[in-house]
Amino acid sequence: MEWIYEPWPWYVSGAAIALVMLVLLLVGKNFGMSSNLRTLCTMCGADRSSEFFRFDWAAQKWNLLVMLGAVIGGFIAANFLTADAAVQINPDTVAELQSLGFESAGGAYLPDELYSMEQFTNPKSLILLALGGLMVGFGARYAGGCTSGHAISGLSNLQWPSLLAVIGFFAGGMLMIYFLFPLIF
Amino acid sequence: MRSFIYLLIGVFFGITMFKSEAASWFRIYEMFKFDAFHMYGIIGTAVVLGVLIVWAIKRFRIKSVYGESIIFQPKEKSVPRYLIGGFIFGLGWALAGACPGPMFTLVGAGFLPILVVIAGSLLGTWFYGLLRDKLPH
Repeated sequence: MEWIYEPWPWYVSGAAIALVMLVLLLVGKNFGMSSNLRTLCTMCGADRSSEFFRFDWAAQKWNLLVMLGAVIGGFIAANFLTADAAVQINPDTVAELQSLGFESAGGAYLPDELYSMEQFTNPKSLILLALGGLMVGFGARYAGGCTSGHAISGLSNLQWPSLLAVIGFFAGGMLMIYFLFPLIF
Repeated sequence: MRSFIYLLIGVFFGITMFKSEAASWFRIYEMFKFDAFHMYGIIGTAVVLGVLIVWAIKRFRIKSVYGESIIFQPKEKSVPRYLIGGFIFGLGWALAGACPGPMFTLVGAGFLPILVVIAGSLLGTWFYGLLRDKLPH
């Protein structure tokens, strides 16, 4: 059982994600996490300002439970199933990130420069995190799904629109990292 | 009982997201730089198995455990919403290093600044709802 404390290899991880999708299908549901953001908006009262949020959110409770489970799973994995959380990315990538100012690259799970507790008092980090989230939320709903809904569920069902969405994900991600990161960091 | 199953699926999903390192900002950066096979291996394995799963469910008319037919909703045919929406999503995914599943995993893992990302994503979802009729779909 020692292997469980190590990072899981890609084939184990990929199979585990497919298993999540399979089990959800077998209980009559679809794998898609960003719908929860819409449900949460409705619960917060967004149905008063837009037609888009007027739907029977109680029918989405199951997905909120999956989301809550994901929080608990993160707690369990980080606290009980991990010996060393440092992510061993490509040494070239580490060197490159360090030159951009990410000194925690190669030695942490998330960059301290964005996700350490000190960032709560760093306006630049707060703005970047909020902006990143804003684009994820807006883009996911505009595209009608995120990584789980399009890249996993949609591609598994051979949906062309999902392939377009995934192409969009990569175009946006590459523009951010190749052209905007050198300006931001 | 059903509620417990959904929660359990979520727990397994959360553990998978953390242990696969798909919830790591560094892995997302490395993926967009094409510096490692890891993320492509994860998504590729999931999709190959997923295609087989969906094919088998359709081919053998497998029913859900509650005896209902399993229905796959085809995605609406269109181009702009997927390309533009996907593009905006990608910008955010690369910057925050987290998509809507792992975001919640990271809360449990104790990286509290991710709450700012989640707040932003709720705001973004709300903005979409407000602007939807004015956007090309």
